[in-house]
Amino acid sequence: MATERDYGELLTLTFSTPMPYEWSIGKYGSLFFHEIRESQRFTGIRCPQCGKVYVPPRRLCAPCFKELDELIILPNLGSIMAFSVVNYPFPDPATGEQRPIPYTYGCIKIEGSDNIFNHVIDETNVEKIAVGMKVAAVFKGKEEMQGNIQDIRHFRILG
Amino acid sequence: MDNIAIVGVAQTKYERRKKDKTYYDLVFEMTKGVLEDSGLTLEDIDNVITVSNDFLDGRTISSMAVGEAAGAGDKNISTVEGDGTFGAFYGAMRVLGGFNTTLVVAHSKGSEGDVKHITNGMFDPIFQRLLGLEAISASALQANAYMDRYGVREESFARVSVKNHANAKNNPYAHLPMELTIEDVMASQKMADPIKLLDCSPVSDGAAAIIIANEAHARKAKTKPVWIKGIAHCAEEYFLGDRDLTNPKSLRDAAKRAYAMAGIADPLKSLDVVELYDAFSYMEPLWLEGLGLCNPGDGPKLLDDGITTMSGALPVNPSGGVLSSHALLVAGLARIIEAVLQLRGEAENRQVEGAKTGLAHGINGPCGQSHCVWILGTEK
Ligand SMILES: [Zn+2]
Repeated sequence: MATERDYGELLTLTFSTPMPYEWSIGKYGSLFFHEIRESQRFTGIRCPQCGKVYVPPRRLCAPCFKELDELIILPNLGSIMAFSVVNYPFPDPATGEQRPIPYTYGCIKIEGSDNIFNHVIDETNVEKIAVGMKVAAVFKGKEEMQGNIQDIRHFRILG
Repeated sequence: MDNIAIVGVAQTKYERRKKDKTYYDLVFEMTKGVLEDSGLTLEDIDNVITVSNDFLDGRTISSMAVGEAAGAGDKNISTVEGDGTFGAFYGAMRVLGGFNTTLVVAHSKGSEGDVKHITNGMFDPIFQRLLGLEAISASALQANAYMDRYGVREESFARVSVKNHANAKNNPYAHLPMELTIEDVMASQKMADPIKLLDCSPVSDGAAAIIIANEAHARKAKTKPVWIKGIAHCAEEYFLGDRDLTNPKSLRDAAKRAYAMAGIADPLKSLDVVELYDAFSYMEPLWLEGLGLCNPGDGPKLLDDGITTMSGALPVNPSGGVLSSHALLVAGLARIIEAVLQLRGEAENRQVEGAKTGLAHGINGPCGQSHCVWILGTEK
């Protein structure tokens, strides 16, 4: 509890205890992170009906409502479909620590896939980023990896 | 569809911090207010719907804490966790399903939690939440994709902010009435490129309620009934990357169904006023495209040509919209309430003269994952 109490006429109560949670990543999600750790590349999954390749892999093609099981190995390469340089402070949800601003979010189409993957792009100068640019994923060292989305450090603009 | 009508409305003033009111207070005041507006008593109400979100309320099964404040002691009560337009949609279904009346009440106090953390919590915890995506940054990606696809300029978004904040000066309930210039918006703090501070809605505290009644009970109310002519909602995929963010498909689908139900062939001609969910300035033109009021990519032209201004052929957000007051969950219900006030001819300084048919719109989920469209009319 806070030691200082604002004893104004209208009182408030603060609750700051963490409420922990353990999410199952699932079979295909786990494979996705294992493949990143072992081979620094992505895994997608193809719909048998419409042929669409999804990354990260999941059990279902929603438009077709078809169960998916054909895993596809994808390169660590993609292209920028949209981006935003973020300038306001927001803590890293993984650590609770303030991350340095600015940083850049990207919508990235991984080569060989048909949907869009969200991650961080390692460039914060708006003049140097454009839709259509090619990017490559940069991974953490194997010993640093945790089996989560931050095992991908960021995407780097190529060329 | 049987004739059903909105026969009562109530809303609080929207403001940054209502430190003097608990959720319970807000729901109680809105319940009293909406009964008073309608001229009905609690005995006339046989069904109640509360709208709340546990993360926002900081409480598990938050609905359970406000039912009695909504007068639901001995009544059928259930809850919608989502925008107020969806709560009202469910309320309309309950009346169509045989209840005489339904009271829908929504509340939220963004001031009590941390809205960035709460909207970060919308995203998939495994693949997206850890990246830190929340409402502003996700919307910035959508705005960027929209600009890139159609060559829209940031100034067009700024113009929406100028219009809606100026409209808010005529709305006594608005949180942020402001006289702005395009230059003010363009020079405001850069949040997430291309979104600047004045392109964002504020985080407001507020609450609102409506009463929906069947035809027999609509006659008992003292208000001029506003008839529900068409309603629909549709949703798209959960992951942002599975959707085309520049083409609000679920809005197109919902609008098409609502227009068909209301017998509207040419919405631009048939509608007199629109209240839509502009959480960010870019959303207004994008949603107008989704509503089929212009071709894809032409949304900004509607404002450039003056059509959506107060003096135009189809005023959009005479209230100042969500850009001027944004109590989460409540904001969609406020769009319905504003449309009702317009159709009753009680919108005072923000009245669109002679409005007979209005559209209200709400969204749920990041970047408009789902949309709810309401067509309201003065005639049965
Ligand atoms: Zn498919």
